[in-house]
Amino acid sequence: MTAQADDELWSAVADPSRRRVLDLLINNGEVSASWLGRQVPFSRQAVSKHLVVLEETGLISRRKQGREVLYQVEADRLDQATRAMADLAAQWDRRLAAIKRLAEAAHAADKRRKQHHDQSSDRNA
Amino acid sequence: MPELVIDRDVVIEAPAEVVWRTITEPDQMSQWFADRVELVVEPGAHGYLQFGDQGGPVVVETVDPPVRFSFRWNHPRGQEPVTGNSMLVEFTLTPLGEERTRLRVVESGHELRDWPEAEKERYAAEHRDGWVEYLARLANVLAESHPG
Repeated sequence: MTAQADDELWSAVADPSRRRVLDLLINNGEVSASWLGRQVPFSRQAVSKHLVVLEETGLISRRKQGREVLYQVEADRLDQATRAMADLAAQWDRRLAAIKRLAEAAHAADKRRKQHHDQSSDRNA
Repeated sequence: MPELVIDRDVVIEAPAEVVWRTITEPDQMSQWFADRVELVVEPGAHGYLQFGDQGGPVVVETVDPPVRFSFRWNHPRGQEPVTGNSMLVEFTLTPLGEERTRLRVVESGHELRDWPEAEKERYAAEHRDGWVEYLARLANVLAESHPG
């Protein structure tokens, strides 16, 4: 893929208004396109387009109820990916906590050694 | 290019030089990272990390004391680590005073790892990069609200 195609792809999916739509779905459960349209400052047509793209990624799905079409987040798909990442993030948090303990202990030991050294120097002076 | 990234940091009550020793000296690394660390901290150096009865290669990228240290790992044995077959871990140290340092770690390269095959194909075929970045953001939020 060319760099330009990458850029186009990125600008297509990095769209903040599309994220706004996904956030609304995450926070509000199953809702219709018209409800979404009332929550956002952009056109109904734009909402529909965002929903199509989101549905293509598999992150949301649709269901017909009477005359309405309702959209919802595919929690499993979202969960699976976010859980794996959350576990990895937590693992790094544990490592950073261990580094903090080790570095702070080493620093305290350095200071004690320096103090001891200074005291010895004072006595020798 | 945006990708799936883990981005965490911690404030340590010690000078950057001390934090630097903790994250780069093999006998220190074996206390917070792997059970056994065979590594010379020089750019391009190849080493080995042992976790229990498993292990894998590690290759040092950047050594810029006491500011930046990075390495690649999780690449297949016998292959040179590059973008796409490995994860890049980057440590950045920022002094917040004489005896305080912010340590930030960014691990990237997760985008297609550890996910079921169908997911991988789907992500590869579709608008992958924007969404994985979004998922990573969610994951970091999730980890903040539920510390492990």
